[in-house]
Amino acid sequence: MIKQIEGSQAVAEAVALCRPEVICAYPISPQTHIVEGLGALVKSGELVPCEFLNVESEFAAMSVAIGSSAAGARTYTATASQGLLFMVEAVYNASGLGLPIVMTVANRAIGAPINIWNDHSDSMSQRDCGWIQLFAESNQEALDLHIQAFKLAEEMSMPVMVCMDGFILTHAYEQVDMPEQAQVDAFLPPYEPRQVLDPADPVSIGAMVGPEAFMEVRYLAHAKQTMALDRIPEIADEFKEVFGRDAGGLVRGYRIDDAETIVVALGSVVGTLEETIDTLRAEGVKIGVLSIRCFRPFPMAAVRAALARTARVVVLEKSFSVGLGGIVSTDVRLAMVRIHVRGYTVVAGLGGRPITQDSLLRVLRLAVADELKNLTFLDLDWDIVNRHLAREAASRHTGPLPEALLRDIGASAPRNR
Amino acid sequence: MTQPIKFYQTGTFTVGNRLLPEDKRTVQSSIARDNSLNSGHRACQGCGEALGARYAVDAAMRATEGQLIAANATGCLEVFSTPYPETSWQLPWIHSLFGNAAAVGSGIAAALKVKAAKAGLPEAVTRVIAQGGDGGTTDIGFGCLSGMFERNDDVLYICYDNEGYMNTGVQRSSATPPAARTATTQPLGPEPGAEFGKGKNVPLIAVAHEIPYVATATVADLHDLEAKVEKAMSLRGARYLHVFVPCPLGWGAASCDTIRLARLARETGLFPVFEAEDGEITAVTKIRRPVPVDEYLRLQKRYAHLFGAKGHPETIARIQAMADKNIKRFGLLDVEGAA
Repeated sequence: MIKQIEGSQAVAEAVALCRPEVICAYPISPQTHIVEGLGALVKSGELVPCEFLNVESEFAAMSVAIGSSAAGARTYTATASQGLLFMVEAVYNASGLGLPIVMTVANRAIGAPINIWNDHSDSMSQRDCGWIQLFAESNQEALDLHIQAFKLAEEMSMPVMVCMDGFILTHAYEQVDMPEQAQVDAFLPPYEPRQVLDPADPVSIGAMVGPEAFMEVRYLAHAKQTMALDRIPEIADEFKEVFGRDAGGLVRGYRIDDAETIVVALGSVVGTLEETIDTLRAEGVKIGVLSIRCFRPFPMAAVRAALARTARVVVLEKSFSVGLGGIVSTDVRLAMVRIHVRGYTVVAGLGGRPITQDSLLRVLRLAVADELKNLTFLDLDWDIVNRHLAREAASRHTGPLPEALLRDIGASAPRNR
Repeated sequence: MTQPIKFYQTGTFTVGNRLLPEDKRTVQSSIARDNSLNSGHRACQGCGEALGARYAVDAAMRATEGQLIAANATGCLEVFSTPYPETSWQLPWIHSLFGNAAAVGSGIAAALKVKAAKAGLPEAVTRVIAQGGDGGTTDIGFGCLSGMFERNDDVLYICYDNEGYMNTGVQRSSATPPAARTATTQPLGPEPGAEFGKGKNVPLIAVAHEIPYVATATVADLHDLEAKVEKAMSLRGARYLHVFVPCPLGWGAASCDTIRLARLARETGLFPVFEAEDGEITAVTKIRRPVPVDEYLRLQKRYAHLFGAKGHPETIARIQAMADKNIKRFGLLDVEGAA
């Protein structure tokens, strides 16, 4: 059914169609509307039987999810930013125990300074946690990925994080095609746990493992993620058969076949990039975009195949590793071993800084001319940076950094003096 | 076959199970007990926690006719019971993290509730316990515990309180009593050991949540502990049982003194044994013959700095004052025997 609804509401309805049995809710922007939507569906009786728990923290949210998943219930939660960081210990535990929890991460920056707006720092901080990480380009894809995520998670006995850009997707009203319950039921079989807490067949889950087997346990987690690389495109195909739509998979190229320059990106910025690429194509620039839809497991072979014949790769990413540079770039570079291309990293959109077509055109033209620096921060205000560095060089007592910057640019920061 | 109980045996601690009518015997005395925490685990000799867990879980197993799932916090109980690939647990059991046993229990209970609804049952048949030591309960797991309480999730949480982080090498927790030596409250300086005026009383905090049932117990009184577990399992909603379990290693006490120390903790008034329902204290276990605290303290090397040539009689007096305050506050003595 075609609907014009908010991204969060679309995800809530899609999750409800998956018949989750336990949902843990803890509020954090910009994820909150999703669990609010699900709470309403449970309360109204549209989604029953389902236990909706208002927990006291994200750490509890993931811990309740661990308990319910281990007891054989299909389990869902959602978080973002500081919330994801607050539950990290349990996030690792869920994957270590092999529990197929599905969690939405409404991508948001991480403080300090506190910032509620979108970037990918939260999900990227968890790239090594053993969860599958899928990134949505649009609200339709976010909705579709959740339906695929339950199937993938439960088949692989591995938790799945569906990452969607906070505000840009979660709060955007877009047209979506909401599947019918019968379609979802045909696509997603009931949850059949590989391990379950059951008095009829008691097992101990979470035993201590020492050096004699820990390496093997970790390797098996890697092996299973590698297996998921095969299963993810198959599930996308099965999804297309039932729902008639392309969604998910490992990577998706746009105008890359003859491209001499390929921009690699994740999430909603891919849409902006496609329009930018159309503009450049009209000018005769052979350029395309590669969207990484599955970031963990990292689709090494698919990325390599897509980029093998190009001359230049620009990785545009909404996060970075302080003291190093690009995170996605590092992985892309690993996929390109012994292939000679010129590689650039553009860090963009941190803390919700808008990524405009004008800025993208400017930076991509520099890249095509090979005049771009290896690591570029899109639309960075060098004046502010340099003035602050000068202040720090001149005075010991420069005070809290954000306040100093905001006072400098004359924004609405209160003047304490 | 039961033997008649002679008058002088009643009310003493010499009345063994064999002297009691069968229906009054403990779960542990029954050959039909579940042995939920089976032999072969790696707990220290005289471990109060192993003993407490064995009593409590078997009693819960009997109360639920074996329809029981346990969530366990990280700690001694988890480490000594499940060294890979072995397990002592004869019931479905999960260990997740140090600070989340209560929340994992909530999750299991939520799953069971949905499964029951799907089977057309009014409530879940299988019940849930969550358990941990005092560190996992009163400190790192406290947020999850309080959340489980306020949501009134159908979980019995059992805290085995040995008054410190024993698994990591005897460090101070918020359940460590004043003056006690731990690795992080050394017997040094003018006020050796743990400081006075710190720490928290989680049983009373549980009572303040007005949950259906809160009780304290010790491993010195097997009947009482089992009866409280049974009572707890007869109720739905959040329930809390705080069991006092001496730790020979951490307290510097003889392994053979575990039961004696637990008994002395109660008889001095240092560990009040009570029950509460819906926020009201409903019963206390009276002290028959009050014991001065130094009889309890002397048996433990963690208090050794209070005795000997230098000694700290004023510190012992402060501990005695704490015991006296408990006796008064909980009405632990009958009026005629009041100190």
